Amino acid sequence: MSCALLLLLMSLALAMGTGAAVEIQRPRGVPLSKRQFYEENKPFTCLDGSSTIPFDRVNDDYCDCRDGSDEPGTAACPNGSFHCTNAGFRPAFIPSSRINDGICDCCDTTDEYNSGATCQNTCREMGRKERESLQIMAEITKEGFLLKQQLIHEAKRGQEDKQGKLTELQGSKKGLEEKVEALRTVKETAEDPEKEAKERHLKAWEEQKELLRMEKDKTRMAEAFLELDDDADGYVSVAELQSHLELDPDSDGSLSETETQGLLGGADKVDTSTFETVWSGIKDKYLSEVSQGQSEPPAPVETPQEESRDFVSDHDSDHYPEDYAGEEEEDVEDDEEDDHDEEEEEEKVPPTVQTPEKREDDEVSMPPYDTETQSLIDAAQKARDDFDEAERALREVDDQMKNLEKEIGFDFGPSAEFAYLYSQCYELSTSEYIYRLCPFNRVSQKPKFGGSETNLGLWGQWAGPEGNLYSVMKYDHGQGCWQGPNRSTTVKLTCGKETVVTSTSEPSRCEYLMEFTTPAVCQEPASLDEVLHGHTEL
Amino acid sequence: MFGMLWIDVYDMYMCSSSHQYPPDQLYAKEIMFTICTSMRQRALKPGQSPYRALLETLELTNTKLTLQLINDNNKVRLLLELYRLQGNMTRVKINELKPLKPRFEVPDVLINNPPTDLSLLSQDENGVVLSLGADSQWLIVSAKPFRLDIMEGREVLLSLNSRGLLAFEHLRIRKDTAEWVLNVVCPGWLFSPTGPSSISLDFSLPGVEHVYGIPEHADSLKLKTTDGGDPYRLFNLDVFQYELFNPMALYGAIPVMLSHSAQRTMGIFWLNAAETWVDISSNTAGKTVFGQMLDYVQGSSETPQTDVRWISESGIIDVFIMLGPTPTDVFSQYASLTGTQAFPPLSALAYHQCRWNYNDQEDVAAVDQGFDEHDIPYDFIWLDIEHTDGKRYFTWDPHKFPQPKDMLQGLMDKRRKMVTIVDPHIKVDSSYKIHNEIRSKGFYVKNKDGGDYEGWCWPGNSGYPDFTNPEMRAWWASMFAYDQYEGSMENMYTWNDMNEPSVFNGPEVTMHKDALHGNWENRDLHNLYGLYVQMATAEGLIERSGGVERPFVLTRAFFAGSQRYGAVWTGDNTAEWEHLKISIPMCLSLGLVGVSFCGADVGGFFKSPSTELLVRWYQTGAYQPFFRAHAHLDTPRREPWLFGPENTALIREAVRQRYALLPYWYQLFYHAHHSGQPVMRPLWVEYPQDTATFSMDDQFLLGEDLLVHPVTEEGGRGVTAYLPGKGEVWFDVHTFQKHNGAQNLYIPVTISSIPVFQRGGSIIPRKARVRRSSSCMEHDPYTLFVALSPKRFAQGELYIDDGHTFNFDKQKQFIHRRLSFANKALNLAPGSQFITPSWIEKIVILGASKPSKATLKTPDGKENLLEFEFDASMSVLTLRKPGVNAGVDWTVVLQ
Repeated sequence: MSCALLLLLMSLALAMGTGAAVEIQRPRGVPLSKRQFYEENKPFTCLDGSSTIPFDRVNDDYCDCRDGSDEPGTAACPNGSFHCTNAGFRPAFIPSSRINDGICDCCDTTDEYNSGATCQNTCREMGRKERESLQIMAEITKEGFLLKQQLIHEAKRGQEDKQGKLTELQGSKKGLEEKVEALRTVKETAEDPEKEAKERHLKAWEEQKELLRMEKDKTRMAEAFLELDDDADGYVSVAELQSHLELDPDSDGSLSETETQGLLGGADKVDTSTFETVWSGIKDKYLSEVSQGQSEPPAPVETPQEESRDFVSDHDSDHYPEDYAGEEEEDVEDDEEDDHDEEEEEEKVPPTVQTPEKREDDEVSMPPYDTETQSLIDAAQKARDDFDEAERALREVDDQMKNLEKEIGFDFGPSAEFAYLYSQCYELSTSEYIYRLCPFNRVSQKPKFGGSETNLGLWGQWAGPEGNLYSVMKYDHGQGCWQGPNRSTTVKLTCGKETVVTSTSEPSRCEYLMEFTTPAVCQEPASLDEVLHGHTEL
Repeated sequence: MFGMLWIDVYDMYMCSSSHQYPPDQLYAKEIMFTICTSMRQRALKPGQSPYRALLETLELTNTKLTLQLINDNNKVRLLLELYRLQGNMTRVKINELKPLKPRFEVPDVLINNPPTDLSLLSQDENGVVLSLGADSQWLIVSAKPFRLDIMEGREVLLSLNSRGLLAFEHLRIRKDTAEWVLNVVCPGWLFSPTGPSSISLDFSLPGVEHVYGIPEHADSLKLKTTDGGDPYRLFNLDVFQYELFNPMALYGAIPVMLSHSAQRTMGIFWLNAAETWVDISSNTAGKTVFGQMLDYVQGSSETPQTDVRWISESGIIDVFIMLGPTPTDVFSQYASLTGTQAFPPLSALAYHQCRWNYNDQEDVAAVDQGFDEHDIPYDFIWLDIEHTDGKRYFTWDPHKFPQPKDMLQGLMDKRRKMVTIVDPHIKVDSSYKIHNEIRSKGFYVKNKDGGDYEGWCWPGNSGYPDFTNPEMRAWWASMFAYDQYEGSMENMYTWNDMNEPSVFNGPEVTMHKDALHGNWENRDLHNLYGLYVQMATAEGLIERSGGVERPFVLTRAFFAGSQRYGAVWTGDNTAEWEHLKISIPMCLSLGLVGVSFCGADVGGFFKSPSTELLVRWYQTGAYQPFFRAHAHLDTPRREPWLFGPENTALIREAVRQRYALLPYWYQLFYHAHHSGQPVMRPLWVEYPQDTATFSMDDQFLLGEDLLVHPVTEEGGRGVTAYLPGKGEVWFDVHTFQKHNGAQNLYIPVTISSIPVFQRGGSIIPRKARVRRSSSCMEHDPYTLFVALSPKRFAQGELYIDDGHTFNFDKQKQFIHRRLSFANKALNLAPGSQFITPSWIEKIVILGASKPSKATLKTPDGKENLLEFEFDASMSVLTLRKPGVNAGVDWTVVLQ
C-alpha cells in the first residue's frame, strides 16, 4: 500500500522533470504572463495575497491558496485553472478539475501527465485544420463583406429611391387632395339642380298616380255596386251584401243582419251615391265575385343556396407527425378553434334568402325623365364619377406612401444592409417539411406530403446579444401549442456569400431555431495573418 | 337484470367517491369489478368471525403447524399454515382446503424463507399456544371464533381476525340462477369464470398510533386513517397527472406496512400481487391532543390501537409478521425475505440529465458540451422514446441517431454514460424482429380467447410480452447482448417505463384483468408485471458483460422485491412546489420497505417550473438517492444553464455538493445492499423513542449522520428544522456552526443552499475535487469531515471498491475501514482484496480545540508532524495533507 503511494509520488516527480524540460522554466500550468510570480526557491505569495507559503508547496497537490494559485498544475484547488501552451495551436486555460481526469483536454497532452490516459499531441493537426477553416471563413467573410458593401450601396440607393418616391408622392398627394376638393364642389353644384329636377319629376308622377288610383277605385266601386245589386234595383240591400262573408267585422264566420246594416251605415239599402261612403269601408276586404274561387298561384319561395356555401376548413392544419397521448386533446382544441372560425365565417356570409320584390300587377312604371332632367342627371353623374376617380387615386397614393413609410421605418440594420431581404422568402426542404422564412414578415412550416401551413411566428424584433443585436431575429406569436406557448422561431444569422436557410430544428417543443446565412452580417475581415497568429503564444 | 344492478352500484360509487376511475362507460364493467370487490368486502363490518379452528385437524412438524378452519355459515373449509421464521418472523398462510382449482401464490418474490423450530406449549379445547422462541414470545391460536394473537409476556403485540374480518370468497362453479345473483351484492360472476375470489384479514395493533409504508401513494409518511374515505389502493397504474395527499393507486405497489411506537417496531408483509386495498382505523385518530392528555391524566381510557384491514381481489392469504423489535431489525427481517437493494454502479448515484426528448445525436453532443462549458458535472444522459425507430424498442431512429456507437463513444471519451428507454409494449409490426420473435415463440400475454392480447400504447397497436414466463425473461435478457441490441455499448444502460403495464385503451389505462399469463389471469398477478420486466432487463445487462458488471435499470412499476433490480422513480410528477414537497414522504415510504434507490423527477415532469422551484428542486434532489432531472416533451428546455449565470451557479453548486458527497452515498448504498438498511430515513428510525419525530416528513436523514431539511416553500426565507437527540450536537455542513440536539431550530435560508447537518460523533468521507463525472474522480483523494460529539468522540467508515463490477462480492475486492477519532483506524473486513491509489488529502475536525501538535503515525513506525489550521470562531481544525493511502492503517494523535 505504501508502495503504491511511493510510486505515485515518484511518477509525479518524473512528470515534473520532463514537463520542465519542454517548457520555459516555470511551474506546470502557469502561463508565461504569470511566470514572474512563481520564482523558484522564494516563498510564494498567493496571487490574491491571502497568504505566503514555501515554494515547495506550489504544485504539491494540496490547495493552500484560497484563489487556487498555488496549484496551477494539479487538480487540488476547486477554483484553479491550468494553462496549456498548445504549441502549434491556440493556448488555453482549462479548469483544474480537468487535470489528470483521464480525458485529453489540451491538444499538447500536458493536462494528462499522471492519469494513465494516452493522449496524442494533436496541436499541429488542429492548428492546420483551424488555419484551413479560418482561411475558408476569411475568404467567405471577404467576399461576403464585399457583397455587403454592395447591399449597403443598393439599400442606400433603394432607400433614396423610396425617399424620393415618397416625396414625389407627397407632392402628387397634395395635388390630388386639391383636385378631390375641387371635384367635390363641382359634384355638389351639379347635384343640387339634379335633385330638384328629380323631385319635381317624382312629384308629378305621384300626382298622376293618385289620379289614376282614384279613377280605378271608382271603376271598381261601380263594378261592385253592379255585382252586389243582384236585383238591379239601383240599391244594394242588406241581404245582397250578406253573402260577402269576407266582410264579417268580428270574423266569426257569419255576417249578421245587424253587422251588415252597420256596414251600410245603418241603412237597409243604399243607392249609388250613398254606396260611395259604404265602399270606402269595405273596399279593402271586398272580394270580387268574379275573381272569388279562382285561387292565385303561391309566390315562389326561394330555397337558401346551401350547396353553394363554401367553408374554408383547415382541420388538418395542426397535426404533428407523431402521435402522442396528449395529442388527442390538442386536436380537440384545434378542432374547437376551427369550429369557432367556421361560425365566424358563417356570420360573415350574407343572407342568401332573397325576398322577391313586391310588385303590384297594376303598378305602372314611372315614365322616363324628360330631357331636361335627364341632362341634369347626366351632368351630376359625371361629376360624381370624376370625384370618385380622384378620391380613389388619392387613396392609392396614401397606401403607397404608407407602405413606403413602413419599409423606410423598418430597422434594416446599421447600414440598412438587411433591406434586400424585405419582401423576399427563403425555403429549406427537410425530409418532412418545407420551412419558409420571409424576413421581416413571418416563418412557416408546410408538410411536404399534404396538409396546411403552420405559422411558426411573425416578425418580432432583432434579438442578438448586446453589441451584436443584428445577429439574431426573433419571430413570435405563431400558432398556439397544446399546454405550451405560441410557436416562435429564433433565426441565427451567420456570414455567408449566399442568402440561404441552412438548417432548422425544434430544440424545445414549438420553439424553432433556424440558421440563415447572409452577406449582410459579414464583418470587415481582419487580415488573415492577424486571425491566425494574433493570439498565439510562442 | 344484471345490467341494472351494476349500473346502479356504479352510479352510487361515482357519487360518493373519488376520481380514480375515469367516468368512461367503456370501462364500467372492469371498474365495477374493482369497486365491487372492495365494496363487498368493506360492507363486512367488524363482529364475531364465522370461522372456527378445527383443533382435531392440527398437525405439527418441527417447523410448521397446519390446522383446518371452517366457516360455520357455509361450511367451507380453509387450511391454515403457521411457520416461525428465522430472525423473529411468523408466517401465516390461509388457503382453501380444497379449492376448485389452485389459487395463485406469488412466486419469485421471496429469496429466502427459512423456517425454524416451532413448539407447542399447551393445547386445550379452546386453542393452542405455540412458543416463538426466546423473548417469551408466543402465539395463541383461539379456536372459536378463530383468531391469532402474538404475545410478548403479557402484552399483545398483534392480533389477527380479532375483529372477525377474515373473509375468503371460495371458488365456485357458476350458477345462473336468479336466487344466486340476488344473494351477492355485486355480480362478480360476470367477470370471472369461478366467481369472485377475494380475501381479507384484519390486524389489530395495540399500543400503536403510527403506521407507515404500503407505497406507492402520493401521501404523507404517516399513513392516515381511512374511515369514511377510500382505502389505500395498491394496483399498478399509469396515472395521468396524479393528485397529492390521496390514497389512490399509483405506478407501484409494495404490500408492506410498518408499525411503530416508542416501544416497538413491527412489520406486516401481505404477499399478494392482486389488486389490494388497505383500510386503517385508529381509536385515537379523532382525539385532540387535549383529549389524549385528559385520558392520560385520568389514567382511564383504552390504550391507543390501530386496526388494519387488508383486502385482495384474488390469491391466498400469505402474511409475514416481522416482530422487530427495532426498526433496524424489521429492515433486516424484510431483507431476509425479499432481498436487499441492488448495489448500483457508483456513477448511477451521480447526476442524471434526462428529457423527453434529446432530439438527435447533435442535441446529445450539444448538451454534453453545455455541461462542460458551464462546468457542471453529470454522469448519465438519457434518451426517451423518440430515440427509437417508430417506438420499436431496441432500435434507433435512422435519421436522428444514425451512428449510436459514435455517440456512445463520444460519451465514453468523457467517461460518461447513457440510458435508453426500453418499454415492455411491443409494436405489432411484422417487419419488427422483436415482435416476430415474441409472436413466433408464443411469448405474448394472451387474451381470454387464446389470441395474443393487444392494446394501444406509444407505438400504436402493441403486444405485451409475458414477463411472468421464465423462458420469455431469458429471451428478453438475451436481447441486451451487444450483438443483439445494435448500437449498444457497455456505457449504455436501461430504463423500463410504462411497465404497470400501461395500455392506453385498457380499463384504467392498464391491462384487462382477464388477460392470461399462462394459466393465470392478470387479476392474480397484476402488481408483479413491472417487477418481472425490470428483473429480466437487469439480468440482460448482467449477462451482456459476462456477469462482470453491475446493471443499472430504472423502473416505474414495482412490487416487493423490486429493490433487487435497480432504481425506481415517482413517475410523472408536476412542476409544482407541492410535488417537490411530496417527493420526501414518497421516497421515505419506499425506503422503509426496501427500495432505497428512489427519486423524483427534478424540476417536475409536467408543466414548466419557475426558476426558483427548479433551483430548490436541484438542491433537494442532490440529497435524495436517485438524482435525475426530467421534463415533458411539451415543456421549454431547462438544462441548468438556461436561466442566467446566477441560477446556473446555484444549480452547479447543488450538483457539486452531490458529487463531493458521493463516497458517503456509495457507502450508504453498500449498507443498503449488505443489510437492507434504508439510505434515506425518517428521523424516527434513528430516534425511535422520540415521539416528536414520528410524523415528520419535511426533513430526513441520510444514513444516520446527515440530516437534510429541504426548502420547499416558494420564497422561503427560513425553515424550522428539528434536530433530534438529547445531549447530541449537529454541525451545519455549510458554516460548521454547532447546534444542540432535541430542539426545533429556525434557520434563515437564502437561495444559495438548503440546511444540511452532520451529526456530532460521525466521520463523513468526501471528495473535494469535483470533476465532470464521477468516473473522473475515481482515484481522487478523500477529505474526512470529523464532527465531534460532546464527549469528543467520532466514528465513521470508508468503503472503496472498483465502483462498477461484482468483484466486491465475488472476490471480496473492496476496502471497508472503520475510522474513529483519536483511535487507531481499523480495517472492517480483513479479508478484502483491493488496492486504491486514493489517499487522505485533508482532515477537517468540527468542534475541535486547538492542539499544540498533530502527529501522523503509519504502520511502518514512522511519525510525521502534520501542519494544521485552527479556526477559533467555529472551532474547526484542519489537518494538512496526511497523505496516507486510503487503504492502510494510520493514526493521528493530537496533543
